[in-house]
Amino acid sequence: MSATTFAWLVLAFPLAGTIIIGLGFRRWPGQVAAWIATGAIFLSFLAAVATLIKLQGLTPIHRQLTSSLWDYAVTVGINARMSILVDPLSVFMILVVSGVSTLIHLYSISYMRSDRGINRYFAYLNFFVFSMLLLVLAANFLLLIVGWAFVGAASYLLISFWYRRKTATQAGIKAFVINVVGDVGLVLGTFFIFKHTHTLDFLGSFAAARHGAFGAGTNNGDLVAGCVLLLVGAFAKSAQIPLHTWLPDAMEGPTPVSALIHAATMVTAGVYLIARMHPLFERAPAAQDVGAVIGVLTLFIAGTIGLVVTDIKRVIAYSTMSQIGYMIMAVSVGAYSAGLFHLMTHAFFKALLFMAAGSIIGAMGGEQSLNKMGGFRKALPFTYACFIIGGLALSAIPPFSGFWSKDDILLMVGERGGWHWALYGLAYVGALFTGIYTFRMIFRAFHGEPVPEARELIEHGHLYHPEHPFNPNDGELEDTDVGFPGPEHVIAEREPQMKIAMGLLAIGAIFLGFLQIPRVTSVIDNFLAPSFTDSRLYNLHTQTANLDVGLLLSTVIGLLGIFIAYMVWIRHPGSSAKFQARFGAIYQLLSHKWYFDEAIDILVLRPGAWTGRFAQQTFERVVVNGTIVDGTTGIVRAGSAAVRSLQSGFLRYYVALLVLGAAGVAFYFLLQT
Amino acid sequence: MNIGWYLAVSAIIFTLGAVGVMTRRNPLVVLLCLEMMLNGGNLALIAFSRMLGNGDGQIFAIIVITVAACEVCIGLGMVVAIFRRSLPIDVDELTELQG
Amino acid sequence: MAAVLFFIGGIGTIAGAIGVVTLRDPFLTVLSLVVHLLFLAVLFLLLRAEFLAAAQVVVYAGAVMVLYIFVVAYVGEEVTLGSDTRAPLGASLRLASTVFGALLLIELFIALLGTGLRGIDTKGSPYIPGFGTPGFIGNLLLTRFLLAFEIASFLLLIAAVGAVVLARRRGGIAEEAEEELVLAQRRRPLGTGTTAEAVSTLAFAAAHQRHDHGTVEAQPPPPVDGPGDPVDEEPSPTGGGW
Repeated sequence: MSATTFAWLVLAFPLAGTIIIGLGFRRWPGQVAAWIATGAIFLSFLAAVATLIKLQGLTPIHRQLTSSLWDYAVTVGINARMSILVDPLSVFMILVVSGVSTLIHLYSISYMRSDRGINRYFAYLNFFVFSMLLLVLAANFLLLIVGWAFVGAASYLLISFWYRRKTATQAGIKAFVINVVGDVGLVLGTFFIFKHTHTLDFLGSFAAARHGAFGAGTNNGDLVAGCVLLLVGAFAKSAQIPLHTWLPDAMEGPTPVSALIHAATMVTAGVYLIARMHPLFERAPAAQDVGAVIGVLTLFIAGTIGLVVTDIKRVIAYSTMSQIGYMIMAVSVGAYSAGLFHLMTHAFFKALLFMAAGSIIGAMGGEQSLNKMGGFRKALPFTYACFIIGGLALSAIPPFSGFWSKDDILLMVGERGGWHWALYGLAYVGALFTGIYTFRMIFRAFHGEPVPEARELIEHGHLYHPEHPFNPNDGELEDTDVGFPGPEHVIAEREPQMKIAMGLLAIGAIFLGFLQIPRVTSVIDNFLAPSFTDSRLYNLHTQTANLDVGLLLSTVIGLLGIFIAYMVWIRHPGSSAKFQARFGAIYQLLSHKWYFDEAIDILVLRPGAWTGRFAQQTFERVVVNGTIVDGTTGIVRAGSAAVRSLQSGFLRYYVALLVLGAAGVAFYFLLQT
Repeated sequence: MNIGWYLAVSAIIFTLGAVGVMTRRNPLVVLLCLEMMLNGGNLALIAFSRMLGNGDGQIFAIIVITVAACEVCIGLGMVVAIFRRSLPIDVDELTELQG
Repeated sequence: MAAVLFFIGGIGTIAGAIGVVTLRDPFLTVLSLVVHLLFLAVLFLLLRAEFLAAAQVVVYAGAVMVLYIFVVAYVGEEVTLGSDTRAPLGASLRLASTVFGALLLIELFIALLGTGLRGIDTKGSPYIPGFGTPGFIGNLLLTRFLLAFEIASFLLLIAAVGAVVLARRRGGIAEEAEEELVLAQRRRPLGTGTTAEAVSTLAFAAAHQRHDHGTVEAQPPPPVDGPGDPVDEEPSPTGGGW
């Protein structure tokens, strides 16, 4: 069994899981479907490990395997086969995806226990994992686009999972529409690249680029356009400015969904895309610069918004956006292994944070607002520990994993020099914000006076249950006989599956960083090197002097952030209100999320709606219906009326015409002679 | 008399019949004018028959007279039927044959 | 001599024709046509078609015109005025007719006389004795033109039958002039009817049930409120099914 066979198995297990659960989704009793789904993903993870082992058994030169299942569309000019590409990059991604997915499935088994839609949920979740694996294993643009679209569809299905909630369905639609914008960019980018390379295959395209399909120099117009369009796709999927507005709304979905899709895997698809397309991007430095700038802007803006948001899941969502900004910035400046390393560590600690958030939301009986939380430290010790571990990893405090990966990125960015120093500086400011908002969330939720829900848990060991289920986003009461979300709320302390999942993630969040300690270990670097042999930026280490300074600086900044959060929210509890009053304008800007939603509404939605109205009322009614359709029929009708008036029924007219006709014929024959 | 004269008379009769059909409003008179047109044709036929020394034209003319007689029968029958229904005997009023 | 006779015949013919076209009284028009036919017979004689001249006088002027007189007498003297006509542009139609007629005449003249038909300027073939006699015609009719002869006789039969059918009265002495043939109320066999019948399925089914297929007077269709065809709502006034 070769590496590619195992890779096909990696794809096959989730697909089988989806089909099996999906076909019988009304009939699986209890949690059978949940265990089937988790088992499928676990088997997929095992197959990924087997692929890794087999791949590492080959020499580094040979670690780029393709395998084709059948010819999908092989015609003139297009050569699209169902083929997968197994190389260190894709193996890295499938390990991360399947590993984290297994743990999230495990978590979901107890989280969605009482939900009537549990079978549907697991079918969708397996489908999502399958699509994500397809996306990262694809060997040509066609399969990439297929996987991309499937992932978008799965995201939509899962965001609007509790579809009785209007907010959920609206959020799903918003996510899907923005995703489609990204899809368009992806397809157009593919076209621009295909125009020169004449192949859809990745390896073929890269070889063509190497051999001068885009000219000898850099920044060929078509290539830059293609890469920028690919970036549009990446930004939509990874929630970067300006296509980021869907991610906070996507928190409508169940918490495990947020953990899986919107933290660990789907939003990292953009990062994967840029890393995969690195030969093309390195020939279009203009596109790389665009990516870097957008990455750092997102990082900064999302960090600022995270300071004022009150919904706990949205705080974590904005932190996701910010961290992905780091990753995009990293792969755009050529720090591929750093960006991917951060992808891996981020998957772990972000999923951990989301899972812990799910636990505390369960303790609150569904309420998600930080304003109503407080003092859960004694009530939920395990959850608190997970939050602390995840928070420290996120704030990049050594020795947690986030520190090593984020600093790897910052180092590489600094080494580029030139105008990248601005990126470097802003990234540190972002790191400060990260520390502040992460611990703001933790301190507000777990410290201070226990709220009634916490007191109930501490004193009576009794989980709070609201009298009437409600939508946490707008407080609307929901009907109870729908069956979802389930009536039960769960907390991690009482659920073994949740504890196992969160525990494994916590271990990863603590220890994974040691895979790449600068100058000591470079496992990720070496592992990914065969994928990036043709990159001139991969191993570009020009300045190693600022290495130590950088490490120290980020530690200091991270601790400073925690300290600021501590001062504002624990030592001087009223100071946050005072800041809000003093910097009222800035607070307004931040709490309106930098007015991006309003801007999109004015720039895109209103003209769109106006165009639609115009098309329907004016164009359709007047031009199409009135002129073209009615005009044509009117002409025909007028013509027929004219002809009809000839048939008046008056005999004498007929005779007169007859005689005239006879005279005409006679005239004709006269002329002939 | 050369045949041209006879043909001229035939043409005049034919045309007068056509004008009568177009002009008169009484269906009986219209039928009469129709008969006249047939007569014009008959005259031409017989003139040519005499010119060529052939009996064919005359046979043709007899058949034409026969057909004219049949047509008169039917036409007059229709006029009688119309009269019986108390519809006006006026070609301009009988306009059912329209689109 | 022949020329004189020709001119007498010609002028008489044309005078009769003009009389037919212009006279107002239908009786006088018929008489004018009789005159026209008689003078045409003279022309036929000049052309050596003796049998045909006789046939013309006997059949045409004698029988057909008599038939015409009878009908004119029956129908009556409907003096149609020239002005109140339903045809729009009635007056200018007369002018147009005259113009068309003149057009036709000129073309015919040009065709017949001006184009140089061979033989127009000749006197024709020599006279064969027996040309135009009844024997001559009969011989031709029964040998060369037998088919035409038979068909013509058949045609006469059809015409006679048709005339009788057209002009007969229908059932009863009572005046049927007021009978309005409204199609929607004619009795038809079941299933061959109008959309109204097709739509109102209840009455259709009911009639089928009674196995009388609607030829017997059925009840007026009950008000159907299902498909709601507004045309269906008018009940038939004479009580017939459809």
